[in-house]
Amino acid sequence: MRVLAAMSGGVDSAVAAARAKEAGHDVTGVHLALARNPQTYRTGARGCCTLEDSRDARRAADVIGIPFYVWDMADEFHASVVDDFVEEYAAGRTPNPCLRCNEKIKFEAVLDRAVALGFDAVVTGHHARLGADGLLRRSVDLAKDQSYVLAVLTREQLDRAMFPLGDWTKDRVRAEAAARGLAVADKPDSHDICFIADGDTRGFLEGRLGSAPGDIVDGRSGEKLGTHNGAYGYTIGQRKGLNLRVPAADGRPRYVLSITPVTNTVTVGPREDLEVDTVTATRPIWHEASGDVRCEVQLRAHGDVVPASVTVSEGNLTARLETPARGIAAGQAIVAYRPDPGGDIVLGSATITAGTRESAHA
Amino acid sequence: MAYLDHAATTPMLPEALDAYAAAAREIGNPSSLHAAGRGARRLVEESRERIAAVIGARPSEVIFTGGGTEADNLATKGIFWARRDEDPTRLRVVASSVEHHAVLDAVDWLGRHEGAEVTHLPVDDAGRVDPEEFAGLVRAHGEQIAVVSVQWANNEVGTVQPIPELAALASAAGIPFHTDAVQAVGQVPVDFAESGVAALTLTGHKLGGPVGVGALVLGRDVSCTPLLHGGGQERDVRSGTLDTPGVVAFAVAVETSVRARLEYADRVTALRDELVRRVLATVPDAIYNGDPERRLPGNAHFSFPGCEGDALLLLLDAQGIYCSTGSACSAGVAQPSHVLLAMGADDARARSSLRFSLGHDSTEADLDALLAALPGAVERARRAGAWKTPR
Ligand SMILES: Cc1ncc(COP(=O)(O)O)c(C=O)c1O
Repeated sequence: MRVLAAMSGGVDSAVAAARAKEAGHDVTGVHLALARNPQTYRTGARGCCTLEDSRDARRAADVIGIPFYVWDMADEFHASVVDDFVEEYAAGRTPNPCLRCNEKIKFEAVLDRAVALGFDAVVTGHHARLGADGLLRRSVDLAKDQSYVLAVLTREQLDRAMFPLGDWTKDRVRAEAAARGLAVADKPDSHDICFIADGDTRGFLEGRLGSAPGDIVDGRSGEKLGTHNGAYGYTIGQRKGLNLRVPAADGRPRYVLSITPVTNTVTVGPREDLEVDTVTATRPIWHEASGDVRCEVQLRAHGDVVPASVTVSEGNLTARLETPARGIAAGQAIVAYRPDPGGDIVLGSATITAGTRESAHA
Repeated sequence: MAYLDHAATTPMLPEALDAYAAAAREIGNPSSLHAAGRGARRLVEESRERIAAVIGARPSEVIFTGGGTEADNLATKGIFWARRDEDPTRLRVVASSVEHHAVLDAVDWLGRHEGAEVTHLPVDDAGRVDPEEFAGLVRAHGEQIAVVSVQWANNEVGTVQPIPELAALASAAGIPFHTDAVQAVGQVPVDFAESGVAALTLTGHKLGGPVGVGALVLGRDVSCTPLLHGGGQERDVRSGTLDTPGVVAFAVAVETSVRARLEYADRVTALRDELVRRVLATVPDAIYNGDPERRLPGNAHFSFPGCEGDALLLLLDAQGIYCSTGSACSAGVAQPSHVLLAMGADDARARSSLRFSLGHDSTEADLDALLAALPGAVERARRAGAWKTPR
């Protein structure tokens, strides 16, 4: 097959490209230039987007012996990922930009262009398994598993995706990179949001959205407990940094329960009020039959899984959790898995709209 | 494999390669006083004389550099500094808007850091500078112009400028005129003295010599402040131990290519014309850019409407056809060519262009290979074309 390897400049995508070549494919490497001004992405953000990363990717492609090009995707990235990130926060939701980048950039803008140019598939260094059966599964390296941010891909997108690293641990990927003479072998992993170089998400949002003071209120009494400078600075489940003037009657800590952009209020309450047992979500990507499916759901990146029963109908997904979960934020993805010895299988995903408590508190 | 990128770099001529190898076996720093040094110096000075003879200059006017970029920087910055030292109000620098980045960025740097007032000369839709326009500029600013730089021939679209005419206007006003003749020497007639320019850049690797060696031909009476300070080896204008084998091979390449120019130009022009005819017959809506007449023999430059030049390059590369989009990379990302934009092309057309450049080893078979691959590549690139919304 003629395949296009998206090469970030990190170790994973370099080894993925090398493995695809070794598997006999005709591989072309492409680095995606995502920053409008790469200089601003230089400090702090590690793993993609900087000029050094572009050079690292090119050097890796040379070592592997494949053609290499840079594709300018800055406009697409800003429209689909960065602007969306800001809009989602402004709407009181908590987006996952990596997921969005997979959905809209790597497996849409890049894939579409690759297909038009005659490529059969896009290869990335994601840690997830995608075998001949077409099922997307967790990586063997559970600590590095990225199936959560890939579950948004449709059947058509998965049919043109290749993840050569899913059956390898990260340690093995690094060892393999070193053995192949790839200088990126010991490059640190990237963790930050690449377009927020200093890691200060709140500062970034404040720069984009300006300050918008509003009230912090008690979820049970409705009483005003304090003020905030912008509801986007808060995440469901957050406890620190609330700076409440009025202490809780029972003296126990309070948590962010919800964010209401229309009234610009942040609602807080005790920990048990964070618990939800029903999650509703929209825009499902569902690979299973539409009945009631018993499975496990994951409600945030790197979050624990919860047993649940999931129904999908008319553009909505509802999950009834067998044990309550806390800190469920709208905008995050719910991903359903079926446990499997060959790697838990992704059944589908959707974007969370609400978490509610249907049964009485225990 | 079809190498259609001779304007980027061209294979070394066998004569130059042999001369390089022979000189590289010898020991000696041309600045040393002993016999080994004298041997090296003799090689360097003979090389200087050979270049001077075929380029229409005196040997003392040939200043060896580490290539075209250095010579362009030396000419623009060095002459600017020297002229400003003579008269601190003399701050204007004039360069055509289609210069190579080695001139353009040097001049921009003077604007940003040295107080220069930079004027870019516009070009018409074929990439030509208008002598009338230049004359007007000289009339308006006269002696306040520190230095002028207009390339002899353009590296992207191949347009040849009326250098003697422009240089005469400058020298009548006492203004030193520099020309970047990197793409012109060995391709079109270039004579330093006859052209009336004050300074002229050439480089080895565009005419069959090695990379990393070139020269600034600098008129004896033109003052120029050095960029590189040190041993003062080259007329005190340029320092650094000379690369004897590089200089020797460079001189052989200049001499050989200039002497063979007529025969070369006839053959390569005919081949280029055939390439243009076949491309336009195969892709009827392709646009042939540049000046159809006053043009480098080996240059064919097209816009392919609806295609990204980048996509075409990738597709042709995959089939062993090597060409160039001509666009420079800014921060790793291809920008639309400033040359095409200066010629009035819009962003989409600038991004849709591709340069094929022929050289001394180009053959009919290269054209066949290109024409076999081009229609499919254009069709695919068109399908992918909608990919990018113009900025
Ligand atoms: C017109 C022109 N000027 C200057 C240069 C730079 O010369 P060099 O590569 O020797 O530094 C080139 C070639 O890249 C060129 O085409």
